[in-house]
Amino acid sequence: MTAPLLEARDLVRHYRLPGRYLPGRAVVRALDGVSFTLQQGRTLAIVGESGSGKSTLARQVTMVETPTSGELLLDGRDVARATRGERRTIRSQVQMVFQNPFASLNPRRTVGALLEEPLAIQRRGSRDERRDAALAMLVKVGLRAEHYRRYPHMFSGGQRQRIAVARALMLNPRLVVADEPISALDVSTQAQVLNLLADLQQEFNVAYLFIAHNLQVVRLIADDVIVMYLGKAVEQGPKEAIFDDPQHAYTKALLASTPSVHRRRSGAPPPEASAIDAAPCIRHDRGPSS
Amino acid sequence: MSGEPLVDIRDLRVDFGTSAHPLPAVEGVDLAIDAGEIVGLVGESGSGKSVTALALMGLVDDPGRVRAERMRFAGRDLMRMRADERRSLAGRDMAMIFQDPHASLDPCYTVGFQLDEAIRLHGNAGERASAAGRRERAVALLREVDIREPTARLRAYPHQLSGGMAQRVMIAIALAGRPRLLIADEPTTALDVTVQAQVLALLLRLRAELGMAILLITHDLAVVAETADRVVVMYAGQVMETAMVPAIFEAPRHPYTRALLDALPEYEQGRTRLRTIPGVVPGAHDRPAGCLLAPRCAWAVERCIEVRPALRTASARASVRCHYPLGSS
Repeated sequence: MTAPLLEARDLVRHYRLPGRYLPGRAVVRALDGVSFTLQQGRTLAIVGESGSGKSTLARQVTMVETPTSGELLLDGRDVARATRGERRTIRSQVQMVFQNPFASLNPRRTVGALLEEPLAIQRRGSRDERRDAALAMLVKVGLRAEHYRRYPHMFSGGQRQRIAVARALMLNPRLVVADEPISALDVSTQAQVLNLLADLQQEFNVAYLFIAHNLQVVRLIADDVIVMYLGKAVEQGPKEAIFDDPQHAYTKALLASTPSVHRRRSGAPPPEASAIDAAPCIRHDRGPSS
Repeated sequence: MSGEPLVDIRDLRVDFGTSAHPLPAVEGVDLAIDAGEIVGLVGESGSGKSVTALALMGLVDDPGRVRAERMRFAGRDLMRMRADERRSLAGRDMAMIFQDPHASLDPCYTVGFQLDEAIRLHGNAGERASAAGRRERAVALLREVDIREPTARLRAYPHQLSGGMAQRVMIAIALAGRPRLLIADEPTTALDVTVQAQVLALLLRLRAELGMAILLITHDLAVVAETADRVVVMYAGQVMETAMVPAIFEAPRHPYTRALLDALPEYEQGRTRLRTIPGVVPGAHDRPAGCLLAPRCAWAVERCIEVRPALRTASARASVRCHYPLGSS
């Protein structure tokens, strides 16, 4: 096996709670020791409910925050210990697509300006070259050259998410962190964006860190899956193992709760729901502690 | 089922915009709900499902205009009812819950206060009479929706509740008037899947125990497949197909239903690409003359582009708006 593109070793991120006596002692363990590797061109899905630490993990990987402890290696280089100059270069390799394309695109900038901005920030190419790159990318994500001058409000949700994906790919990154990229979209549009992400992965050999709560979607696109619960990875492995033979009670509960068009639900509370309360042990170490 | 359904809507139309330039949001919706039945109303955003529910509740405001050949609830004609009578139905005989419970609850008042208000307005005479009686009813309602330590929860403010808890409180408030119809507009969309499963199970139990009908509005076909008795599929303001569960998932008659199902990741096990619906939903200004789906339909022929199909009864509890329904040669 080749060296992984991204490797996390016992990644931890704690947040101090404000407004407490004895500052520094009340801590939320949002991310509490997660390790994984992600190969070039592959998709790693992170699933879990709100508060499980999915987005905290994304903030470490995208270098928006610095981990409290642990190592985060991109191409074998520790990101957290990189100098400012190095981080600038590394950042161009890791890009992000957000959940809500109605909030993530600046409404006052044209599509062309939005796409060229990452290149301008990284000082790549001349003005004309940037323009050509933006036009080429528009076509790649299924939009048209005439959309270059338009503003985000003139597009539907699915089209806006295409613009967000195009912007993320402008710097030719090696890793795209996608935080619930389709959960704000309609069913038919979700399928289009998922197809687009699959096509672009083929074309650019980009790796995805895909954060999702919809297990049906994860089952479709992921190679590997991490199931998170209260800041910890309760189960991780190849997609087939997680879906066909889940080991942890929480994974089982998550699978049982996921709606399916092939199943009927009874009025009795799902038996698995009690497993959620009973299962982890780790619930007790969570949250404000001294 | 004998007798008149609880809800009986025929040819409902809701227009916004001016009368010279009307913007149709709902254009010919037939909807029947039997007592105790769970009907799933599915469709993409802008398909008119929420506007249909608001029209039934009597909550469409100016400049919205509601017309219908027939709109009856529990044997009463909603279109000819006096405004105050209509108003007294909403919240009591038909109640509604919404997607974001934290936006529906008033952040400045406790759960107890908001329940008390609902009981004062919609409870029966005995419950309304005294503060102690209302409190007793409030505790009973919270217990009904599986909230632990209900007496302590009465003092909680909405921000102290999780999303699932807040939605349970909303359901408790909706139950204060013992509704015969609960309209649930995307009630679990904002919740985690495990919590969603619990809230859906709660709705099913309440239907069994209280016998109320539920209109479950959602864009999630899987949620409908698991909970509803019957499904109404809307597209661009029209009902495209109505059918029983699970028949509609096993053998959809309308190409749009078929396309929606095909777009689900669940239907693509082992494949890497999803089938999609090309194009976009027609806007209010560029509605096709023929079938509203024709520009996006893989089966469309000339007649589909020229003539708009009517909603035709396919069997006792099923109808389809298509010239050439699937599965018929």
